[in-house]
Amino acid sequence: MTNPNASRPQIRNIGFGELRNYRLPLPGVVSILHRISGLLMFLFLPLLLWLFDLSLSSERSFDRFLAFFDHFLVRGLLLLLGWALLHHLCAGVRFLFLDLDMGVERAAARRSSWIVFAVSLPLSLVLGLFLFGAFS
Amino acid sequence: MSLRLRRAPAGAHYGVRDWLAQRVSALIILVFVLLVGGLLLLGRHLDYGAWASVFAPVPMKLITILAVAAVAYHAWIGVRDIWMDYVKPAGLRLALHVGTILWLSYCLVWAVQILWSV
Repeated sequence: MTNPNASRPQIRNIGFGELRNYRLPLPGVVSILHRISGLLMFLFLPLLLWLFDLSLSSERSFDRFLAFFDHFLVRGLLLLLGWALLHHLCAGVRFLFLDLDMGVERAAARRSSWIVFAVSLPLSLVLGLFLFGAFS
Repeated sequence: MSLRLRRAPAGAHYGVRDWLAQRVSALIILVFVLLVGGLLLLGRHLDYGAWASVFAPVPMKLITILAVAAVAYHAWIGVRDIWMDYVKPAGLRLALHVGTILWLSYCLVWAVQILWSV
């Protein structure tokens, strides 16, 4: 008896070493960024709660909250977290449509992946312009 | 046969429950973000009084706590999946799971304390 599995392609998880020569399709990029953005927001949840506390506690702490934004590293971090939220929301809405069996064909899935970036990245740009004082 | 036997004790549909919870909590968060985002866009000049008055009414406190609870549950399922995918040593994974639950529970209680001191 020959092994019935011998002719089948072996499907395994890719290792870290293979990542560099693995071309991730666009829906895959949306998916992995969904995961990365989610983890990012989880890790910075204490910072966000601390800022929320600062902004609500008192008039004086509200001023400290505003002063905190003066540092450009803080603005950069908040821009990163803003992008994370926007990407996570847009990609999440896309996943909800996929759950409803909408747009599961390859072409449609690719198109909706483009839409995720086409919405989340310009909105992140607007947020960045706002954070770095383009509108003040 | 052995596969069936091995599957049985895992049952109780906890996979479906998490799948559904992840989507329901996502919709709660989406609505809340649109609500607060809309308020921020409408209120041009935001000072302390205006900001604090948003969270002063009890209904808004309750809506916010509902959103924070949704974030905590949503983050638990998502982060747990990340640990399960990448962290193989059982002890370390268990520690990360316990740490994640404790941390998210603490964040929820912290949010209650922040809101009810406004």
